[in-house]
Amino acid sequence: MRHVWTVPVAATGRFALSFAAAFGRFSGFVAHSVRSSADVQTWGRILVVQMARLGVDSLPIALFIATFTGIVLSLQASYTFTGAVPQYFVGTLVAKTMILELGPVLTGLALAGRVGANIAAEIGSMRVTEQIDALETLAYDPLAYLVVPRVLAGTLMFPIVVAFANTVGIVAGWVTSLELLGMSTPEFVRGMRIFFDPYDVQYSLIKASSFGLTVTALGCYFGFTTSGGAAAVGRSTTQAVVASSMVILVLDAFWAATLL
Amino acid sequence: MSILLTDIHKAFAGKVVLAGVSLEVREGETLALIGQSGTGKSVLLKTIVRLLEPERGRVSVDDQDVLSLPREALYDLRRQVGYVFQFAALFDSMTVFDNVAMGLRRVKDASEADIGARVAQCLRLVEMEGFEGRLPAQLSGGQRKRIGLARAIATRPKYLLYDEPTTGLDPITTAVIDQLIQRMAAELGVTSVVVTHDLRSAYRISDRIAMLYDGRIRFLGTPDEIQASSDPIVRAFVEGLPAEQQEAAI
Repeated sequence: MRHVWTVPVAATGRFALSFAAAFGRFSGFVAHSVRSSADVQTWGRILVVQMARLGVDSLPIALFIATFTGIVLSLQASYTFTGAVPQYFVGTLVAKTMILELGPVLTGLALAGRVGANIAAEIGSMRVTEQIDALETLAYDPLAYLVVPRVLAGTLMFPIVVAFANTVGIVAGWVTSLELLGMSTPEFVRGMRIFFDPYDVQYSLIKASSFGLTVTALGCYFGFTTSGGAAAVGRSTTQAVVASSMVILVLDAFWAATLL
Repeated sequence: MSILLTDIHKAFAGKVVLAGVSLEVREGETLALIGQSGTGKSVLLKTIVRLLEPERGRVSVDDQDVLSLPREALYDLRRQVGYVFQFAALFDSMTVFDNVAMGLRRVKDASEADIGARVAQCLRLVEMEGFEGRLPAQLSGGQRKRIGLARAIATRPKYLLYDEPTTGLDPITTAVIDQLIQRMAAELGVTSVVVTHDLRSAYRISDRIAMLYDGRIRFLGTPDEIQASSDPIVRAFVEGLPAEQQEAAI
């Protein structure tokens, strides 16, 4: 006979088991993809195309977000510091926050939607229309052809996109402080330089690279494991975006705890 | 040189689909694989090139044990087998030319000129010259199947596997595809397995017909033999009787 108190225990157990099974499947997928990365002949010629698609094509949305983030940071810093802290600390806050946190994280989250969803939908559609089976019959390793170039492109290009986003965000903050806060350029630059550490940039790019790896790997995994029809493709796409966003936030905390 | 399937078992989520199928496809013949929907015809076809792995049994192609081949050897074998998918499975983002050239790009030392010439030759064989620059979305169902066939024959395979090549096509396009299948067998000398629901097609194109029923091969013989069969299950399928009448016939 089951007692009421066993229900949450059973539910927790079921969740733990399904999570462990999903993690095991994802680990197997990653291990096979690493093995397939030896097939350079297959992914080598697709890599540049994917770098353009995942990186260059993502710049407009990343820069749009960065511009408005820089503006808001500048205005909120000024609002917060009024009277108590010298105005030039606006430059400190804009630069530090853009580089350490908002540049990589907001870009990562935006690209989880754009890139992760795109990859999951594309590969998921290929799965349900037997295009992945067709690759197999044409003697292509689908992991080498579809997964490896996307994951490599994401890992390499996310830091570049984030570097642009950081720069544009800071420039937007600077222009805002000149035009709306009545600050001068030397003041803003002074604030920026007080606490600037070149390591911050390194930290920002490491984070961005890990986000690129996460978003593309999860997009590929959910696309690859799609089964069924159009509804299943939609489900995989949603799962890829949700999982990528959650892992980005967990990784963000992880890097802050380990690298700072 | 043939395809040999021995005691193949396959189940999906506990539902047994193949329960000990044994079948030999002889060199140079065209064998039609028929049976009701869901009897595992496509599953059996996919096991031949290890797109699906059975739980039990042995698959042999050219005397090679397909299920135990290492990855590179499996890809070498797959280059010998052309596969025509039910809905063509053309790569959406590629032109017709690139779709047909896809397998050729895996052939060592094949120059772009060689690839171009071979693609043109394959498109001519399936009567689709002039479509090189089109995208799959710009083709009709019958045209897509022809391009799928051109892609399958591009690497000059010894075997051709067709998964329902005429499903969803009108009778005239069906007849055209049937003619193409016959031409491939006659001109290229390939050994073919054709999964189909269409009995008229099966009679027209095949040397032998195998019927799958209840996870096993229920009938194996020539088109004349299946039409003369006295097996009530085979008769019910050949005559297209609904389930209740099939049971009555048994």
